[in-house]
Amino acid sequence: MSAPAGSSHPAASARIPPKFGGAAVSGAAAPAGPGAGPAPHQQNGPAQNQMQVPSGYGLHHQNYIAPSGHYSQGPGKMTSLPLDTQCGDYYSALYTVPTQNVTPNTVNQQPGAQQLYSRGPPAPHIVGSTLGSFQGAASSASHLHTSASQPYSSFVNHYNSPAMYSASSSVASQGFPSTCGHYAMSTVSNAAYPSVSYPSLPAGDTYGQMFTSQNAPTVRPVKDNSFSGQNTAISHPSPLPPPPSQQHHQQQSLSGYNTLTWSSPGLPSTQDNLIRNHTGSLAVANNNPTITDSLSCPVMQNVQPPKSSPVVSTVLSGSSGSSSTRTPLTANHPVEPVTSVTQPSELLQQKGVDSSSTTSSASPMPNSYDALEGGSYPDMLSSSASSPAPDPAPEPDPASAPAPASAAAPVIPQPSKVAKPFGYGYPTLQPGYQNATAPLISGVQPSNPVYSGFQQYPQYPGVNQLSSSIGGLSLQSSPQPESLRPVNLTQERNILPMTPVWAPVPNLNADLKKLNCSPDSFRCTLTNIPQTQALLNKAKLPLGLLLHPFRDLTQLPVITSNTIVRCRSCRTYINPFVSFIDQRRWKCNLCYRVNDVPEEFMYNPLTRSYGEPHKRPEVQNSTVEFIASSDYMLRPPQPAVYLFVLDVSHNAVEAGYLTILCQSLLENLDKLPGDSRTRIGFMTFDSTIHFYNLQEGLSQPQMLIVSDIDDVFLPTPDSLLVNLYESKELIKDLLNALPNMFTNTRETHSALGPALQAAFKLMSPTGGRVSVFQTQLPSLGAGLLQSREDPNQRSSTKVVQHLGPATDFYKKLALDCSGQQTAVDLFLLSSQYSDLASLACMSKYSAGCIYYYPSFHYTHNPSQAEKLQKDLKRYLTRKIGFEAVMRIRCTKGLSMHTFHGNFFVRSTDLLSLANINPDAGFAVQLSIEESLTDTSLVCFQTALLYTSSKGERRIRVHTLCLPVVSSLADVYAGVDVQAAICLLANMAVDRSVSSSLSDARDALVNAVVDSLSAYGSTVSNLQHSALMAPSSLKLFPLYVLALLKQKAFRTGTSTRLDDRVYAMCQIKSQPLVHLMKMIHPNLYRIDRLTDEGAVHVNDRVVPQPPLQKLSAEKLTREGAFLMDCGSVFYIWVGKGCDNNFIEDVLGYTNFASIPQKMTHLPELDTLSSERARSFITWLRDSRPLSPILHIVKDESPAKAEFFQHLIEDRTEAAFSYYEFLLHVQQQICK
Amino acid sequence: MSVQRRLRPSEGAGAAGLVRRRAERAGAAAVAVAVAAVAGGSEWFYPEGPAPPFSAGNGAAPRSSSPAMAFTFAAFCYMLALLLTAALIFFAIWHIIAFDELKTDYKNPIDQCNTLNPLVLPEYLIHAFFCVMFLCAAEWLTLGLNMPLLAYHIWRYMSRPVMSGPGLYDPTTIMNADILAYCQKEGWCKLAFYLLAFFYYLYGMIYVLVSS
Repeated sequence: MSAPAGSSHPAASARIPPKFGGAAVSGAAAPAGPGAGPAPHQQNGPAQNQMQVPSGYGLHHQNYIAPSGHYSQGPGKMTSLPLDTQCGDYYSALYTVPTQNVTPNTVNQQPGAQQLYSRGPPAPHIVGSTLGSFQGAASSASHLHTSASQPYSSFVNHYNSPAMYSASSSVASQGFPSTCGHYAMSTVSNAAYPSVSYPSLPAGDTYGQMFTSQNAPTVRPVKDNSFSGQNTAISHPSPLPPPPSQQHHQQQSLSGYNTLTWSSPGLPSTQDNLIRNHTGSLAVANNNPTITDSLSCPVMQNVQPPKSSPVVSTVLSGSSGSSSTRTPLTANHPVEPVTSVTQPSELLQQKGVDSSSTTSSASPMPNSYDALEGGSYPDMLSSSASSPAPDPAPEPDPASAPAPASAAAPVIPQPSKVAKPFGYGYPTLQPGYQNATAPLISGVQPSNPVYSGFQQYPQYPGVNQLSSSIGGLSLQSSPQPESLRPVNLTQERNILPMTPVWAPVPNLNADLKKLNCSPDSFRCTLTNIPQTQALLNKAKLPLGLLLHPFRDLTQLPVITSNTIVRCRSCRTYINPFVSFIDQRRWKCNLCYRVNDVPEEFMYNPLTRSYGEPHKRPEVQNSTVEFIASSDYMLRPPQPAVYLFVLDVSHNAVEAGYLTILCQSLLENLDKLPGDSRTRIGFMTFDSTIHFYNLQEGLSQPQMLIVSDIDDVFLPTPDSLLVNLYESKELIKDLLNALPNMFTNTRETHSALGPALQAAFKLMSPTGGRVSVFQTQLPSLGAGLLQSREDPNQRSSTKVVQHLGPATDFYKKLALDCSGQQTAVDLFLLSSQYSDLASLACMSKYSAGCIYYYPSFHYTHNPSQAEKLQKDLKRYLTRKIGFEAVMRIRCTKGLSMHTFHGNFFVRSTDLLSLANINPDAGFAVQLSIEESLTDTSLVCFQTALLYTSSKGERRIRVHTLCLPVVSSLADVYAGVDVQAAICLLANMAVDRSVSSSLSDARDALVNAVVDSLSAYGSTVSNLQHSALMAPSSLKLFPLYVLALLKQKAFRTGTSTRLDDRVYAMCQIKSQPLVHLMKMIHPNLYRIDRLTDEGAVHVNDRVVPQPPLQKLSAEKLTREGAFLMDCGSVFYIWVGKGCDNNFIEDVLGYTNFASIPQKMTHLPELDTLSSERARSFITWLRDSRPLSPILHIVKDESPAKAEFFQHLIEDRTEAAFSYYEFLLHVQQQICK
Repeated sequence: MSVQRRLRPSEGAGAAGLVRRRAERAGAAAVAVAVAAVAGGSEWFYPEGPAPPFSAGNGAAPRSSSPAMAFTFAAFCYMLALLLTAALIFFAIWHIIAFDELKTDYKNPIDQCNTLNPLVLPEYLIHAFFCVMFLCAAEWLTLGLNMPLLAYHIWRYMSRPVMSGPGLYDPTTIMNADILAYCQKEGWCKLAFYLLAFFYYLYGMIYVLVSS
């Protein structure tokens, strides 16, 4: 059974999609072919429209188009920085822009290009219509980029002449220097370029200054400049992706303004509206301006143009919205700065707030959260409403909101219509694929559905289709998605982007995008869901979700209401992606059942208004938390109960962990999550089991010894788990006494099994958390284990055995515990083999977590001791949820296939989690059971029901919405390579346990081979000699190689069995962000940190050095490098490292005086030391497991540790990256 | 026969499939006829003497192939197999229903595994038992037809997950869609096999009885 199952998983699902990109050269042509087809169409479409329209009108059109340009830019960014750019770009853009200017270095080629661009854009301004045209051009330009830049550009010229070139700016974004040059040239000719805003952009001030300057002087030129600048920054920025996004928005909005005023002087009112929107509305505001523009246009001129214009406007709004959404998300979670970008976003936001105009740019999401908590919420709503509303009247945001309501009725019918067009339209939209571009395209048509969803956006019912079609055309003109750009892997030397890789943004319309779940919590390996299983099989990519459901969130809407609105048939929670058929009914987005809106839901407590169910926080946020009623309880919420089971055998005492544990506990006793009912207990064991009676009233803790380990019983069941507050003194006494109680023990045996049985008995009435500390193989009683490891086999290249458990004792125990809502967390501190494969079962199936400290010793191995200390601090104080279950629902037609993580699967979609902690990640494999042809969107909803440590029953709901696509190219365009790798890693772990390690390795390689060859076969006109991959997958082989060299899967390198098993456990239970660092560490050069591109966190400047590829060729003896491996940091100091660095940062006079074992950076009062420390602290803050820092000298023996992570290099037993590529190519050609 | 009749209702109780039941009933009817024919036939063929078949039937293992319509050991094996196969059909149906319940979330996987696991070995042993019987009876063709299933059973049990108790199913992996689908498929395939085998044994029994 298992064998077949395993095989099917990895083999089939594991396969990754192939890529167009076979040959760069041919690739260019190829993409041009597919992309070009649609692109030209699109261009023609818009162009024609413009042509027809009177000049003034035309200008307006252009304006509309302009938004698309924005989008295109977005995509461009995407392309250049496939993953990273998406998220970070937008947000960071605002403040980052300056940074980019400052540090052109990051982009090697680009600095020059950027300037060119900037010039280019201004030119368009000169033309009256320029802005609009400009933007349009930009969009088109971006298209050009992807496909064939030159022809397009010429095209564009016809229409918007200068504007086109602005498009070129977008091109720049794509990141091809050469192309940039082309564009730039053209643009330059066109434009007379005003002083570019670039220079003026100081890092911090960017926003306010930018705006003011723009407004005051020649508005357009300024805008253009900024725009171009942004584009370039964004696209190329690969090094510094974040900054551009917001600026784009703002700029765009500005441009929109200008154009409006300029083009249609007669519409002052509209302008006013626009302005209001900006200031008043949050993130949406950006969109609004554009929208208003469009509106104004229609108003001015009737005819068809209006339709198109509205469409465009929606698109624009969508684009801006999308960007804004991104930022907000990141902004929201500053606490967990996954990437540098997030924090920047905060900065941006703040800045945006400062300047009124900027405000609009502020990310909507944060606002919404704020609103929820603080009351700014209404603004959000109005803004969102306003964006849709625009057409009816150019009224300010608030006004617009009512308008929609009135129009709601007509709108209602739209949904169905809209949906269909959207669905079919989508394929045509191919060009838009790129994340950025995609939004535009999808945005246009999707906007309709969105409207229907929110009901309100009454707008142009009749017009919708027309507009949508028109919009589609214009959108289609959008360039081939950057994510589809073929990359010749064997010729691309620097495949790794300079900035962290970001999750791709699903190709949704702006409103949905804005509402979508944060990729930090919820990611899908394919952001474009294939329509059928056949298509999925063709793509050879794994389809699955990666979840981090209980993540620490700084802002989370918490909803208390008597009735939690759920679908009556599938029990889905109401979410932003449902559609309201009318005021009283909503349609479930998972099962399509029409449900009634309960009376209570009609009232919106935030706005204190009635009859607007679509504005309830549940429908405005994809991540919400409900306070559940007693319907969601099987028993009264349990108190927080903690039991510590400690190994006190000779081995344990020798290792000395007790001191550290007791110390940490004493320090954090008051911070243990819980309420007044919190209970705590202790047990110790060696060959006997010791209980501690801590009953209040005793003068000192009482130790009760049970030596009958064959039939364990609880000596005094009532007084072993005691109230933390009532017995605090006794507990403290015990903790102070414990470390010294066993110092002279001679007992070497360990009766872990019986101790666990006793713990289970103790916990079963309440449930809770059991923390087990173990230092050796259990040698007595039930569950005793024998050593299975053969040290001679550690570096075997053939068979790695004993990855599975030796006994099912621990598994059964875990299942029993899980049934009693008890989780077992294992801390394994051992110097010899302890059969983690067997012991881990106790945590795996009870939803616990596993910590492993190889060769732990409190004096001999201080870094491990320090790590334990820090981990314990986090462990003891982090949030915890008890008696939890998690259900994952998905749209009809999809089904859950396999779950990965620590839990017990209770039914096909229900995970039983005795405890849930914020550091737990999950993965789910999906399969497509029915064709999804009749739907254009699919949704996934995770509902986590848990008891908080305060005894509240809560439900945390995440909802993710993704588009469905029907073409293979679209599937490839939407690959989230990091998510795919993490899912593959999970599958490979399963495979290694159920089958064998070599099987798993083969499956991983096959995943690359299959996907790339499948990609190759979809792109017929590529050179077959070259190894091509779509841009979205270009990192796939690298990551797979990294996986093959990961401790869990490597062969031929000496790896202790426990280390390997622990790595596997981590792969299964770590959330994506942390797992990616484990798989592919980040390498930075830190001896020359500068403030270029730095981000500000809590008044600290955090430098952002570019990523280096993991190859020794990047290491120079003159440098010092920091490697971030997730749980470990290494600083490698080269022999010839600058003495200034050694002195200023390390605190030693020269290289020779640096000690061999150094684990701290001294706090020196020098600039470089400050920078290095703030950078490391910043990296550290972003993860739950505090990493230990090793400073590795070039000569020290420890450098092997460091060098094993250089995965692009050849090792004795494994390929180098280039060899691996050749190997893959060979396999494909077979 | 009577045993069989008694079994039928219980099979019918399983909601698993009308088809099966219908087939069963047809089979049972056929058996009834066949047995009647055998009994009648023996009397008809050998009206004068005490019917060897009966003595043979009572005897533990009469190996002699008497020229008369002998109730040989082979025939006995077939009859036994017939009855046991009916039991196996019951097992298979139970198996299918159990996995269907799992798939539709009616049951907790732990409970389900606890009910299924004890049945695994009996099923395998029953099958192995009449395989041995056929071996003893030198029914090579029948044995050959059963060998693949026997080998599969051995392989299946050898490759079971680490478990302290008997059985095959691990509640922690059973909900894996692949394993679930595999188990369901396995159940249907076995059901089909047992049904076919049932008729084959019936035929074989008659054939042996008639030809001997």
